[in-house]
Amino acid sequence: MTDASKETAREGAGAAPSPEPPILGIPKMPPPDYPPEVRERLTADAKEIVARYPDSRSALLPLLHLVQSEEGHVTRTGQRFCAETLGLTTAEVNAVATFYTMYRRKPSGDYQVGVCTNTLCAVLGGDAIFERLQEHLGVGNSETTEDGKVTLEHIECNAACDYAPVVMVNWEFFDNQTPDSATELVDELRAGSRVEPTRGAPLCTFKETARILAGFPDTREGAVEASGGAGHASLAGLRLAKGEAPPAGERVVAPRDAEEGE
Amino acid sequence: MSVETQVDETSPSGLLSPVLSAFWDEAEPWTMATYRRHGGYSAVRKALEMDPDDLIAYVKDAGLRGRGGAGFPTGMKWQFIPQGDDKPHYLVVNADESEPGTCKDIPLLFANPHSLVEGIVIACHAIRSSHAFIYLRGEAVPVLRRLHEAVREAYQEGYLGKDALGPGRDLELTVHAGAGAYICGEETALLDSLEGRRGQPRLRPPFPAVAGLYACPTVVNNVESIASVPALIERGKEWFRSMGSEKSPGFTLYSLSGHVARPGQYEAPLGITMRQLLDATGGMRPGHRLKFWTPGGSSTPMLTDEHLDTPLDYEGVGAAGSMLGTKALQCFDETTCVVRAVTRWTEFYAHESCGKCTPCREGTYWLVQLLRDVEAGKASRDDLAKIEDIADNVNGKSFCALGDGAAAPIFSSMKFFREEYEQHVTGGGCPFDPAHSTAWADRPGSAHLEVNA
Repeated sequence: MTDASKETAREGAGAAPSPEPPILGIPKMPPPDYPPEVRERLTADAKEIVARYPDSRSALLPLLHLVQSEEGHVTRTGQRFCAETLGLTTAEVNAVATFYTMYRRKPSGDYQVGVCTNTLCAVLGGDAIFERLQEHLGVGNSETTEDGKVTLEHIECNAACDYAPVVMVNWEFFDNQTPDSATELVDELRAGSRVEPTRGAPLCTFKETARILAGFPDTREGAVEASGGAGHASLAGLRLAKGEAPPAGERVVAPRDAEEGE
Repeated sequence: MSVETQVDETSPSGLLSPVLSAFWDEAEPWTMATYRRHGGYSAVRKALEMDPDDLIAYVKDAGLRGRGGAGFPTGMKWQFIPQGDDKPHYLVVNADESEPGTCKDIPLLFANPHSLVEGIVIACHAIRSSHAFIYLRGEAVPVLRRLHEAVREAYQEGYLGKDALGPGRDLELTVHAGAGAYICGEETALLDSLEGRRGQPRLRPPFPAVAGLYACPTVVNNVESIASVPALIERGKEWFRSMGSEKSPGFTLYSLSGHVARPGQYEAPLGITMRQLLDATGGMRPGHRLKFWTPGGSSTPMLTDEHLDTPLDYEGVGAAGSMLGTKALQCFDETTCVVRAVTRWTEFYAHESCGKCTPCREGTYWLVQLLRDVEAGKASRDDLAKIEDIADNVNGKSFCALGDGAAAPIFSSMKFFREEYEQHVTGGGCPFDPAHSTAWADRPGSAHLEVNA
């Protein structure tokens, strides 16, 4: 192995920064390769992924999840690996990798804490939660705490509006949050406690989550069963249909114009 | 999903009809054992004995319409697949549920993934496909786990794999996780994404039925549409048509969220009204009044309390000037600033615009700038006219429906709440306190102090 390739191999493993500063902001081509043992392991995984599809290019999204599971974000090395696996150019891979928000483009935390700030969650308190967490963690959107544990970001609607406001950690559901509960949550994550979502499995790291997204089932015992069949809001209709009385509340309100007259 | 259960034993008011959700309260509803105990995988036996064309005709006669938003008849979509063309046919299930407010497919797949798997087997028999895909949005890992498990079980039991559809007729099912892009819910963008490209919509024609995945005939169906097929086959089209209306028959999941007393999933015949649903579920949160709501996600024009008696089916909501969409009933009470709500949705559309066409890419950007100014009290009356003008240039002039969706909340809110926009302009800012609209605003001890948004 030449000295140059040793250096690039180190960079590929995420261990050392590039020895030469990029010229005009353009990093040196080609991107460094993975160390041989990493490459060998990923090649076996990639083969399994590619085999799922009639056309190999369909494997690109799962492959990007796979390389993200290796380094915690999609590196140039990871993109090169995808390109070589699928017979694409790194430019083609880069065009795809930068289109999708789930691929991280810089080193980030073990736990990605996403606060839904789309309209419904925002109105019901998502904005307040996000603001509190920024203050509490001392980071802004898409920034990571100094200990490398938590990356905070605001996310779009995550299909859990009946549990609003919602916080996602590594894409597991933390339903019906408040600023206080979310603060406790990130404190626990930073302390390394075992954290269980409202719906989903006990948290694993972001890298481990990315591997599930690449299509490799979660092999941890009890992961599929964790948190039970359905959340409380999912069962609201069924319980009502089975005769459980609705909560005492107000009936539907009068039209707007009628307010003064009442 | 046994033949005799549930539908006739509806709620005290006779309003609800749990079918897909009928056993979600069991201990392990996602397992094949539970699903079978409730009659699961008996429809597939029936269906595989039918001639594929007869099966398509049956689903068409039943009147099942797409549950993903557009409401296109499912059987007709299947019928469009050319036969005897010697090309592979594909079924792609759209599980990219991302429309703001929409939260039905994710809980459905979390609790009852086998209804989808069985529906897929039936649909693949009908359209003569030997490879199906589930395109699940990536941000739902708990659902991905259960889909992996359900598909594993189905392979193990022979519902998938070699000879699954009969001798010499194999069926593969691939679970594919997306990577975060709302636009991939648009069927042609989804297909590009599934081919490993940026998720950008394709020009139509050709339609996916002719040239879809890998340029082969492809059916793209929503999760709930396909998951509804086994019950339809098992209990019959007459049963299916006994619910809903002539043009909108059947049952569906309504997702109630926001400032309501009891948010959640309510499975009912199509055509119930918002008033019935709110009456049965305790209405709005105590002490508050409904101000505006969406019938099917943020891309469907908002409605107000004037529309509480609109039948929530395709025709009824259409007649009220909106769309049934995904039946995502997001309810906002009088504490909510409509300008804030619409600005946030517009920021979403700008963020999710794929950039392919100019009206949407540029229009949504400028709409956000103007709406932020309105919300902050920095806009003029001219800006309100400009917002409407830009929205008009996005609506119907964009490559795909994302542009129409972006314009919908703007037009509808301007129609019903114009004075509130003007109030922001003349009053120099937002007259609402966001602290009053939080989920905890009315809890004892909450002094609205912790929010400074």
